[in-house]
Amino acid sequence: MRGATHATWAAGAAAIALAATACGGGGSDNGGGSGDSGAVLSSSWGDPQNPLEPANTNEVQGGKVLDMIFRGLKRYDPKTGAAQDMLAEKIDTSDSTNFTVTVKSGWKFSNGEPVTAQSFVDAWNYGASLKNNQKNAYFFGYIEGYDKVHPDSGKQTADTLSGLKVTGERTFTIKLSQKFSTFPDTLGYPAFAPLPKAFFDNHAAWIKKPVGNGPYQIQSYTKGSKMSLRKWDGYPGDDKAQNGGVDLKVYTDNNTAYTDLMAGNLDLVDDVPAAQLKNVKADLQGRYLNTPAGIIQTLSFPFYDKNWNKSGSQKVRKGLSMAINRKQITDTIFQKTRTPATDWTSPVLGEKGGFQDGLCGDGCEYKPDEAKKLVKEGGGLPGGQVRIGYNADTGSHKEWVDAVCNSINNALDNDKACVGNPVGTFADFRNKITAKKMTGPFRAGWQMDYPLIQNFLQPLYYTNASSNDGHWSNKDFDKLVNQANSETDTAKAISLFQDAEKVVRDNMAAIPLWYQNGSAGWSERLSNVALNPFSVPVYNEIKVG
Amino acid sequence: MGRYVVRRLLQMIPVFIGATLLIFLMVNVMGDPIAGLCGERQCDPATAAQLKKEFGLDKPVWQQYLTYMGNVFTGDFGTAFNGQKVTELMSTAFPVTIRLTIVAILFEIVIGITLGVVTGLRRGHPVDTSVLLLTLVVISVPTFVTGLLLQLLLGVEWGWIKPSVSPDANFGELIVPGLVLASVSLAYVTRLTRTSIAENRRSDYVRTAVAKGLPRRRVVVRHLLRNSLIPVITFIGTDIGALMGGAIVTERIFNIHGVGYQLYQGILRQNTQTVVGFVTVLVLVFLVANLLVDLLYAVLDPRIRYA
Repeated sequence: MRGATHATWAAGAAAIALAATACGGGGSDNGGGSGDSGAVLSSSWGDPQNPLEPANTNEVQGGKVLDMIFRGLKRYDPKTGAAQDMLAEKIDTSDSTNFTVTVKSGWKFSNGEPVTAQSFVDAWNYGASLKNNQKNAYFFGYIEGYDKVHPDSGKQTADTLSGLKVTGERTFTIKLSQKFSTFPDTLGYPAFAPLPKAFFDNHAAWIKKPVGNGPYQIQSYTKGSKMSLRKWDGYPGDDKAQNGGVDLKVYTDNNTAYTDLMAGNLDLVDDVPAAQLKNVKADLQGRYLNTPAGIIQTLSFPFYDKNWNKSGSQKVRKGLSMAINRKQITDTIFQKTRTPATDWTSPVLGEKGGFQDGLCGDGCEYKPDEAKKLVKEGGGLPGGQVRIGYNADTGSHKEWVDAVCNSINNALDNDKACVGNPVGTFADFRNKITAKKMTGPFRAGWQMDYPLIQNFLQPLYYTNASSNDGHWSNKDFDKLVNQANSETDTAKAISLFQDAEKVVRDNMAAIPLWYQNGSAGWSERLSNVALNPFSVPVYNEIKVG
Repeated sequence: MGRYVVRRLLQMIPVFIGATLLIFLMVNVMGDPIAGLCGERQCDPATAAQLKKEFGLDKPVWQQYLTYMGNVFTGDFGTAFNGQKVTELMSTAFPVTIRLTIVAILFEIVIGITLGVVTGLRRGHPVDTSVLLLTLVVISVPTFVTGLLLQLLLGVEWGWIKPSVSPDANFGELIVPGLVLASVSLAYVTRLTRTSIAENRRSDYVRTAVAKGLPRRRVVVRHLLRNSLIPVITFIGTDIGALMGGAIVTERIFNIHGVGYQLYQGILRQNTQTVVGFVTVLVLVFLVANLLVDLLYAVLDPRIRYA
């Protein structure tokens, strides 16, 4: 009987809470209007890790905002991922090194300032300069003079990139330090966005309430909890916002966001929690999206460790790859939100962009018998056991690492062939990798910066490249990448990159595991929801009501 | 009394220094926090070095600690990695958590003590047995289960409340989370009060009071309860600190942007400044709460005097 009493006072308390929230909640300017273009939608968000400067934002949460308030020279088509001119009228080059950029006229920042060639050059110089601590500074690394404004060690000797010159109100030239034929296609990344004078004149105020040139402007921003973006009526572009605005709400836990969506307090969740994947179809009745994103998960090897870098090692690596039952793991553990990888790029590139289904060949197929043979031929597992390194704090990696190990153990008929090797936090995990302290394969995730095959290969496998965590080095690969970069014909360049990718395959420099999908769930109010290749919702196209 | 308070305040200094030093070292042992800032790639060495210098991470730990403490005494708790002042984070997080704690403590006092008195006066009665059983259930079920269950039932199934708390986090919204947060302590308070009351009921002064012909209400409230509350006050006092720091689970479930949220994020991002700053304040809260409890003893039982 006491149990019943317990329930009643809990319910009573809840009723009071309900009454209280009814007064305090909501309050946005869509006062009952069931109309389309005026209504505001709410979306889940996470607290951005870094201040919201374009060249300092390297994760999805900050990227969401930048995608709404900025437009650069190029923009990646949300569906195909192809780079299309946005603010660029034209980008000309004859030698893949010198580029002349003409900015379209009529563009403005939402504070009324015009977008000129200077807006771009100032922004890029700011992003590249060492003293500004911009985490995406390396994006400007191809531009001449980068080593002066951002030396690897010591003090910078210049404040501006010598490769950038403003030649007119709307024109500027870019000189690269090496040939890079697909360079214009990288310009859709938010790091290359233009910045208004207000950014430099009153930086602190700008950070509190960023001003850009995109279809939305920021109405209010409470750090750590909420950002209200509203449609900017003066936006000159074609991709005007189809809704009245977006309220981004910070959630600590994506489970809570999902619960809020179920209760009707939230319109859009762009990260459906793993635990809910089983129910999501029934819960949302089709209002759920699961599309490939430009993310590939691989296992990298410590090539600085002699045991993993001797003759025959590639057979062991290939053997391990063939011992992993990718399909089973993606089906059961990831509920098909991952797709087994068959190359080292991503399906979002498309065939034209260099994605080649099955390039990996039998090396990525599950063949336990052959796997066992190959590992034996290659001299067996170093130390008799592989320990797969991963960080245990976020991303629930333990489950799939255990499954991969299980698969390897079964294939090799050895209970102790593979175990997980968790590291407490992500920062510590990165530390160990940077300090070359990994002793076995480790998890590596790569989210593309821009949808180009170059971005899936050069930063990861080129000798001493920025994200070559395994420190793999191969002359043939380097040579092919150099050739591809200097090739002005895009199709030829891509096929050269694919040749380079085949070198990665023949050496099994990293084991491709699966392509990651982006997921989103939404309420009945919304329609036309899509994710772009960076798994960010295309907010400006969402229709409400 | 005054001297006692001063002595206690002075005793706080070593505790405070020791606690901050421990936290500082613990966060430091986790390694270089800069590495986690650049996503799944290596930070470029120049920027990493520059950031380290800016956050003072290039100096030896003892020096970092001294600078940090020096700054703390001037009210500067440093800057979090997202560029916000830690004091700014505190000024948004603490009011929310304090409100949540107040709600929780109120539940503990009102419901916990009432149930305790009722059951203590009726030992062996069916009411007593069922409350005891109920508290046992509450104690044994983990907070996150109660939290998620209430959230799902009241928030999604019945739609009585919003499953998550808005950034304003006013008292009304915090009732259910406060109840969840208080649930386990509430059960303990009930049990403590019950035992204490039951024991003191047989004591001489109660018998005297009854013999004097005092009304039952006065006997219970003025004589019995006042004396029985000492262990309960001790528990609630220490619980204030525990509730404020231990709200991480509840705050996550209901998306409350309080101290727990900031601490959790600070730990994930290895943000020494945030973690040490918040824990320092929590340590202070704990110490002050304990002092207040000790002073309350004297109020409840005039026989206790501090010199």
